[in-house]
Amino acid sequence: MRKQTILRIVAKLLIPYILLFALYVQFHGDFGPGGGFQAGVIFAAAVILYGLVFGLKAARRVTPPLLMETLAALGVLIYAGTGVASMLHGGNFLDYNALGGPGQQHAGSAEPVAHLHEHSPEGTEEHHASHGFLPQGQHLGILVVELGVGLTVAAILITIFFAFAGRERAQ
Amino acid sequence: MTPEAVTQLIVILLLILLLGTAITIVRIRDLWAAVMLTGIYSFLGASWMLLLDAPDVAFTEAAVGAGIATFLMLGTLALTSRRAKPPQGSSLVPLAVVIVTGAALVYGTFDMPHYGDPQAPAHQHVAPEYLSDGVPHVQGGPSKVSVPNVVTAVLASYRGYDTLGETVVIFTAGIGVLLLMRRPPDREVKQ
Repeated sequence: MRKQTILRIVAKLLIPYILLFALYVQFHGDFGPGGGFQAGVIFAAAVILYGLVFGLKAARRVTPPLLMETLAALGVLIYAGTGVASMLHGGNFLDYNALGGPGQQHAGSAEPVAHLHEHSPEGTEEHHASHGFLPQGQHLGILVVELGVGLTVAAILITIFFAFAGRERAQ
Repeated sequence: MTPEAVTQLIVILLLILLLGTAITIVRIRDLWAAVMLTGIYSFLGASWMLLLDAPDVAFTEAAVGAGIATFLMLGTLALTSRRAKPPQGSSLVPLAVVIVTGAALVYGTFDMPHYGDPQAPAHQHVAPEYLSDGVPHVQGGPSKVSVPNVVTAVLASYRGYDTLGETVVIFTAGIGVLLLMRRPPDREVKQ
């Protein structure tokens, strides 16, 4: 599709916004709709569009297959690692309350993290979620876990795209 | 017309379009057109899900169903034939099976609670707890999760084990595709 000027221009215009939207869905999934899985598929869709319009070679340069395979494994590792981290902090596996820092384990996170960050202006939970340096345990855990999901989903879908697109017709 | 009536109208229009697309996919013999129509079907489905207040599912349907799945089917089509073989023999028995199954499914929906019914069992069991935990200003209770998007909170926190399992399943699926379909490295070098 190298000669299709309209396709190339439109894809060039659209892809940055698709990527930006994927990042928005990823990191705003706790407030707006979406989350790791949705962000991952949107991100992969942008890379696939790039590959379709600009060729497989260009897409391989942007997202090297080896890097994608590593990121796919890294995503699962981040997710499971969050569970292990909460165990190391004295909670159960994937019990994010334990990640909130000392004194958070049994408070059900109702206690804001303000004790840890005195300069934090507001005490309400919502403001903490967006303005605090360290979100509450639950919030932090969900964000990290969603990041793991997003990495794995995007990387695996791009990998599958490469696997399919690299095939030629069997003789 | 009230906004609700307009929404109803759009929903009915979308469902008619979905039905028409589905019937066309079944009848058409040109597989390339059929793949394109499945993409359109997914996109219509995503629009409908958006009207049902399920934007998360709509995102997924639009990106996976209309985008990635369409591409994967086109990639498969490039390796095989473009036209479906005409069906062999009578299609009366399959038709009867489909009608009976469909009728049983429709009959099953008669027992389901109405859409959006607050008394539905799904909204009586654990949902109130999730809502009061996740959305502090709705019921005034202390927030346990402090993630306003309850869907995200349920998926990532309350159902964290399930989501971990799903992530591993996706990872495993990708490994499987790699093992089956990746070209041997020596041919990749020649490319």
